[in-house]
Amino acid sequence: MIAESLQLVVDSTPFLLKGAGYTVLLSVGGMFFGLVLGFALALMRLSKILPLDWLARIYVSFFRGTPLLVQLFVIYFGMPQIGIELDPIPASLIGLSLNMAAYICEILRAAISSIDRGQWEAAASIGMTRTQAMRRAILPQALRTALPPLGNSFISLVKDTALAATIQVPELFRQAQLITARTFEVFTMYLAVAVIYWILCSILAHFQNRMEARVNQHDQEH
Amino acid sequence: MIVVKGLSKQFKGQTVLNGIDLTVQPGEVVAIIGPSGSGKTTFLRCLNLLETPDAGQIQIGAISIDANRPLGGQQSAIRRLRQQAGFVFQNFNLFPHRTALENVIEGPVIVKKTPRDQAVALGRKLLAKVGLAGKEDAYPRRLSGGQQQRVAIARALAMEPEVILFDEPTSALDPELVGEVLATIRGLAEEKRTMIIVTHEMSFARDVANRVIFFDKGVIVEQGEAKALFAAPKEERTRQFLRKFLGTAASE
Repeated sequence: MIAESLQLVVDSTPFLLKGAGYTVLLSVGGMFFGLVLGFALALMRLSKILPLDWLARIYVSFFRGTPLLVQLFVIYFGMPQIGIELDPIPASLIGLSLNMAAYICEILRAAISSIDRGQWEAAASIGMTRTQAMRRAILPQALRTALPPLGNSFISLVKDTALAATIQVPELFRQAQLITARTFEVFTMYLAVAVIYWILCSILAHFQNRMEARVNQHDQEH
Repeated sequence: MIVVKGLSKQFKGQTVLNGIDLTVQPGEVVAIIGPSGSGKTTFLRCLNLLETPDAGQIQIGAISIDANRPLGGQQSAIRRLRQQAGFVFQNFNLFPHRTALENVIEGPVIVKKTPRDQAVALGRKLLAKVGLAGKEDAYPRRLSGGQQQRVAIARALAMEPEVILFDEPTSALDPELVGEVLATIRGLAEEKRTMIIVTHEMSFARDVANRVIFFDKGVIVEQGEAKALFAAPKEERTRQFLRKFLGTAASE
């Protein structure tokens, strides 16, 4: 019995790894586009131009206030009705990125706001533009504050990519579903999948710790 | 030369600066004293537009800002003015993620586009000048308050400004560290650098400044040659302030 189960896991490994590849693709892609869009939204939230702030607020409120599953359904099943048809992978990548951007926006906004006003003033006092001050003085410090919550969001994202299974993306969880549909080895298969997610997230957590240690280095140095 | 005309500022309907006029000659050291809330720090911060004046004109060297016109269109002039007006903050405001040397060369490299090796040479020279040779690679956290403030002074000097503005440069320091910062500023005064210093250090103001200005309730109540003003203030309000200040200082 156990031997058979193990044999099944071994036989399924190529399928599972292919699925894991899509999981990684969706995670890295979602994080990347989420960071780009999230940073733009954070700048809008901090902008003195009020309509930009409002727009970003509404965006964040919507994407944090609705289930990711529903967002994916709207994009994949809903949008064809208004003439926008997307394949599963682009659809899920867009959904995950838009959703991540909302959370990343709030993380970056909070981190940037937490930097003492004196830092902006010091940068201004040597003649820097706002952009120079942001890039040279504020962001490097804000990133330190933002790194732990960003890492946590990234780990959540890896697990959330499983929802893409519902819109036919052949990622890790979907592959497991397809295999169990044939073999009925439900327990072993889903357990194997859980372990793979766990490994992926552990690797991420490891990198997160290393990066935090590196960024905090100047506290220890003399 | 610095020329300020009619500088006014209100905070929430309360007048903080009421039409200040001031001219500072090159090489002159001006100390501004006065009670808390008198507007002296706001005045200093208005000089390089860290605070936005409601009205008035500011000229530093060749650059003029007219606060009677919208400041939005004068942003590049404001940045050029700030390069001409080094600012030393009460709380140092060093960049904590950069070493002492990186703090000093940040302005030359990023703002003035000085080649990095030139900026580094200048930075090392200035750190040595403020007595911090050997601390180039130290992060601010590893420096005492007095050392941090001296790095901040070197950072201001690195822009080769027309004037250096000091906002209570020793108020955040432990008493035993005040002396080293005042000595550094005194050294700059001996080089005939133009400086405006908001301070509570009365004996320092008397010894180092050429001119002392007494601020109260958003106006210049009295100004004059430093030693003369401390020895024989003309205005009753100045006398009250000095009596109270020197009185408490003596009883401590």
